[in-house]
Amino acid sequence: MANLVETAKTKEEALIEELGYDDHFHDHHHGDKYQSSFVSKYIFSMDHKIIAKQFLITGMIWAIIGAAMSVIFRLQLGFPEESLAWIKPLLGKWIVVDSNGFGTLDPEFYYALVTMHGTIIVFFVLTAGLSGTFSNLLIPLQVGARDMASPFLNMLSYWFFFLASVVMFISLFLNTGPFSGGWVAYPPLSALPEASSGSKAGMTLWTTSLVFFVVSVLLGGVNYITTVLNLRTKGMTMWRLPLTIWAFFVTAILGLLSFPVLVSAFFLLMFDRGLGTSFYLSEIFIGGQALDHVGGSPILYQHLFWFLGHPEVYIIILPAMGLVSEVLSVQSRKPIFGYRAMVLSILAIAFLSFIVWAHHMFMSGVNPFISNIFVVFTLIIAVPSAVKVFNWIATLYRGRVRMNTPALFAIGFVSMFISGGLTGIFLGNSAIDIQLHDTYFVVAHFHIVMGVAAFFGMFAGIYHWFPKMYGRFMNETMGKIHFWGTMIGAYVIFWPMHYLGMIGVPRRYYSFDTFDAFGSFDGLNAFITIGAIITFVVQLLFVINFFYSIWKGKKMTEKNPWKANTLEWTTPIDTGHGNWPGKIPTVQRWAYDYGKDGKEFITQVTPLAEGEEPSDH
Amino acid sequence: MTGLIILISFLLLAIVVVQISRINELSKSIRGEEYGKQRSIDRQGRYLLIFMVVFLVGCVVSAYYYKNYMLGYGPHTAASEHGPMLDRLFNVTLIITGIVFFLTHVALFWFGYKYRDQPGKKADFMPHDNKLEVIWTAIPAFAMFALVINGLVAWNKVMDDVDPDEDYMEIEATGYQFAWILRYPGPDGALGARDFRKINGVNPLGQDWTDVKNLDDFQPTDLVLPKGKKVRVRITARDVLHDFYLPHFRVKMDAVPGLPTYFVFTPNKTTEEYREELSKFPEYQVPADPANPDGPQLWEVFEFELACAELCGSGHYSMKKIVRIVEPDEYEAWLREQQSYYLTSVRGGSDDPYTEQLFDFELEARKGEFDDALSAAIDAEDPADKIVRLKYVFFETGSAALTALSRYELENVKDAMLENPNIEIEVGGHTDNTGDAEANLALSLARAEAVANFLVNAGVPQERLVPTGYGELVPVDDNGTEAGRANNRRTELKIISQ
Ligand code: HEM
Ligand SMILES: [Cu+2]
Ligand SMILES: [Cu+2]
Repeated sequence: MANLVETAKTKEEALIEELGYDDHFHDHHHGDKYQSSFVSKYIFSMDHKIIAKQFLITGMIWAIIGAAMSVIFRLQLGFPEESLAWIKPLLGKWIVVDSNGFGTLDPEFYYALVTMHGTIIVFFVLTAGLSGTFSNLLIPLQVGARDMASPFLNMLSYWFFFLASVVMFISLFLNTGPFSGGWVAYPPLSALPEASSGSKAGMTLWTTSLVFFVVSVLLGGVNYITTVLNLRTKGMTMWRLPLTIWAFFVTAILGLLSFPVLVSAFFLLMFDRGLGTSFYLSEIFIGGQALDHVGGSPILYQHLFWFLGHPEVYIIILPAMGLVSEVLSVQSRKPIFGYRAMVLSILAIAFLSFIVWAHHMFMSGVNPFISNIFVVFTLIIAVPSAVKVFNWIATLYRGRVRMNTPALFAIGFVSMFISGGLTGIFLGNSAIDIQLHDTYFVVAHFHIVMGVAAFFGMFAGIYHWFPKMYGRFMNETMGKIHFWGTMIGAYVIFWPMHYLGMIGVPRRYYSFDTFDAFGSFDGLNAFITIGAIITFVVQLLFVINFFYSIWKGKKMTEKNPWKANTLEWTTPIDTGHGNWPGKIPTVQRWAYDYGKDGKEFITQVTPLAEGEEPSDH
Repeated sequence: MTGLIILISFLLLAIVVVQISRINELSKSIRGEEYGKQRSIDRQGRYLLIFMVVFLVGCVVSAYYYKNYMLGYGPHTAASEHGPMLDRLFNVTLIITGIVFFLTHVALFWFGYKYRDQPGKKADFMPHDNKLEVIWTAIPAFAMFALVINGLVAWNKVMDDVDPDEDYMEIEATGYQFAWILRYPGPDGALGARDFRKINGVNPLGQDWTDVKNLDDFQPTDLVLPKGKKVRVRITARDVLHDFYLPHFRVKMDAVPGLPTYFVFTPNKTTEEYREELSKFPEYQVPADPANPDGPQLWEVFEFELACAELCGSGHYSMKKIVRIVEPDEYEAWLREQQSYYLTSVRGGSDDPYTEQLFDFELEARKGEFDDALSAAIDAEDPADKIVRLKYVFFETGSAALTALSRYELENVKDAMLENPNIEIEVGGHTDNTGDAEANLALSLARAEAVANFLVNAGVPQERLVPTGYGELVPVDDNGTEAGRANNRRTELKIISQ
């Protein structure tokens, strides 16, 4: 056994030695320049692997905060008859305690929690935490590069994210409360300080934070694109890239094209707020007086926002899809089924994602004729999505699925993506959306297809590449408890929301009792809240496992524990700066030769054998 | 304290789980890595299968349990003409996606179980299959095509605006933080113009009172509509976005400041009829108020509701109005009861542009009012009741000059005098008690004479009129309050012979 490992190790090393590309890395002494002190090694690091960890851990902190917020507002929704006075020490004046000692969540703060939850999870966790982590970790390692094209911009990218985080965090402690107008921040509510107390300083900090955040995304994105285009090692053609890289690459392009539009939307919003312009405002009477604004259109903001917003949902899900594709293939010992179709569907989804934005606005007062076009494109996007699902399932077919935590999360991802994607087909049909828009049906749809699915992709990725990051494995027993808890919990939380949505219960309601039509589902709401609490606790188990395993996890004893083909597993266990100690490996084949010609796996650095045809893919 | 206990027990629990997990992993390697791994793989495979069964059965059972709330079923049928079309579309989509959902989930979990890692098994090398891929691209494409066609036909039908020639009524709903204001066009069938700059406490919609179309518009508390009549709702907002949402009617549209939107629909069930339908479902055959088991049942108190479906601030969840759908004749009766907002709340106030003018209907009303009062006085026995107060006769402050509008009432007096040639009256002037009593007496006499003079000039013989000044001597109300003083300043006719 030990011998086998030794030979496998030396085989890849020998191949790199023999066929690799000598860029005279060690003549430059990067190592010293970048990693001479603790600060430059771990804090202001320019090493993509460290930056990946920074993104991951910051994302995890935000995930805990964001999820805890949802538990608090779910308590109010699920158990309005239970006093919340006990969290007053934590939330202070936002818990209103009446003379009987009965505490309720202040409605304004309920909306602030909902808003912060959405913003944090969408941007800080599922964009920065997911794409930031794995693009950074895997792009240089899997394309065979020593680092990102610009390690310095890469470092800035993290620190802009950090800055955005700090600003957003500060906004949580404002006297007037954090922003409370929903994560989409529609004006006039978001534009007028008179309209809600969260639209005062909270909104200013919210936009400021997100502008910093966009800078971070753009700096990262430019780097990812350049690295994929220019720093691929010899032999790594585009059609040999692992699907992870395709996903990160296309994600970065989406971000580069769409986030600037969000920034322009925010700037116009700030002008309306601060400079008295009227881009989004018209004919408003509020706070006892008529405002001067005329001629603006709140709908313009929605167009700009969703021009980012829809690509943004794919910015979130594409990296997860890439991770899942890779994990499913490696852990089921089979090539990903339909590699080219997978790439093409990523491209098709990316392209289409730019021309479907107004499906969020069917009921916004846009010309109903325009909606026809958006319905058509929206439902077309379901086709490449379906192709991906079929390909993932086919990847399992006649494989040898290892059933470890990464594989389970990848399977769970596919389940979530199916469940949530199918409800998209209801919503994308504008006629059905008349009833479903802004109800719990939408909440169920996007939480399952985006929220939960993206988390599953991220978990699959973390469990799978944890050994690459920390040289140790995460604990499998805890991992499996985490998986089953999350899988069951997520469906317990979000499945019943479909029923609430069909009944017509609107989203973003602090209380349902005002209406007879929405007020008779206390049992269902309590059920969902209990599910949320349990699922939240299960996530803490993951956090424990993560930090426990960093220091105490089972040590990695071989370079390539999953017997995977991609280049990151040819680097030393303790991967230093520059990734490969000697030459850079060159690539001889695509990433998915699993089970070919009776060999369990053939790494990408292995040249074609005598008489072997390159795989037809 | 409880917080601390929860925290400690949570920490203990975490430690226990971590320790068990560690031991579990350790014992695996002691018993032999391969053995432990295989057992775990088999177990996870079984879990996948169990999960699949429980999940899919759970979906069916829960859907069955909640079937009464699926669109178009049970007590959740649509109450508008276009509603069933959308509900059908929902259900067709549900069937198509349901099939896909089942097949893909069964394949996913079954393959996961069946092809789990087992000793001696080998994975197939199967990078792609063009034929299969074409098929499974074509099938969803075809299904999408069918859904899109159906969807768009329905969509364009529902969103079609009214044709100006067709028979419809238009009403208006305006959202503000945090309520709705409804406006109906009144007898003229047209809504008047608005300007947000004119909004104030008595003019919540900023109606432009110089637009006569506004004068009969009314603002009812409930949204009342006749069954079977097409209605176009003009949807507007005053401050931030709102959304006009009628869940039972499958109606939803944003209310946008500065940009009126609309939704056209035809209610086709009255509230009564809907209650009748609900009465068949056990969940509605329970007391509406659990504390009062003998009270009305849930279905008996059912009402349609108007809600807000676009986040508009902290009171978003509370923007409710009752919606009542009634038979057309009941609607007509209701319409007749409604009073113009202008007349009830604006007429004669500081915002009224028509204070110098009376409308025909007001003249008629006043004439009727006066004639009634006069005949009552004529018929009265008690001399104290033979007095008619001239409600609409006023003088400039501190003088005996009649205000412009007073002539209308005096014309009524003249007409009555000529019609009843035997009547003789005393014209009595009264003041409040402010100022000098002597002066008040003189002023009241002067005012009584001014009225008599007007009548004489209009053709009433002088001898039938006796102008008298009472000054402040005969108050009918408390001079201590402004309202009381206003009441005491008056002109009265007293029949002295008939
Ligand atoms: C099968 C393809 C999909 C279709 C046809 C679809 C369609 C839609 C439609 C029409 C809406 C608007 C619903 C409404 O507000 O009334 C919506 C909402 C949403 N979708 Fe999807 N969707 C699909 C897949 C996805 C995916 C893959 C993601 C993310 C990974 C996603 C994320 C979201 C989000 C975040 C929202 C809600 C945003 C909000 O209002 O807060 N959807 N979807
Ligand atoms: Cu979208
Ligand atoms: Cu609202």
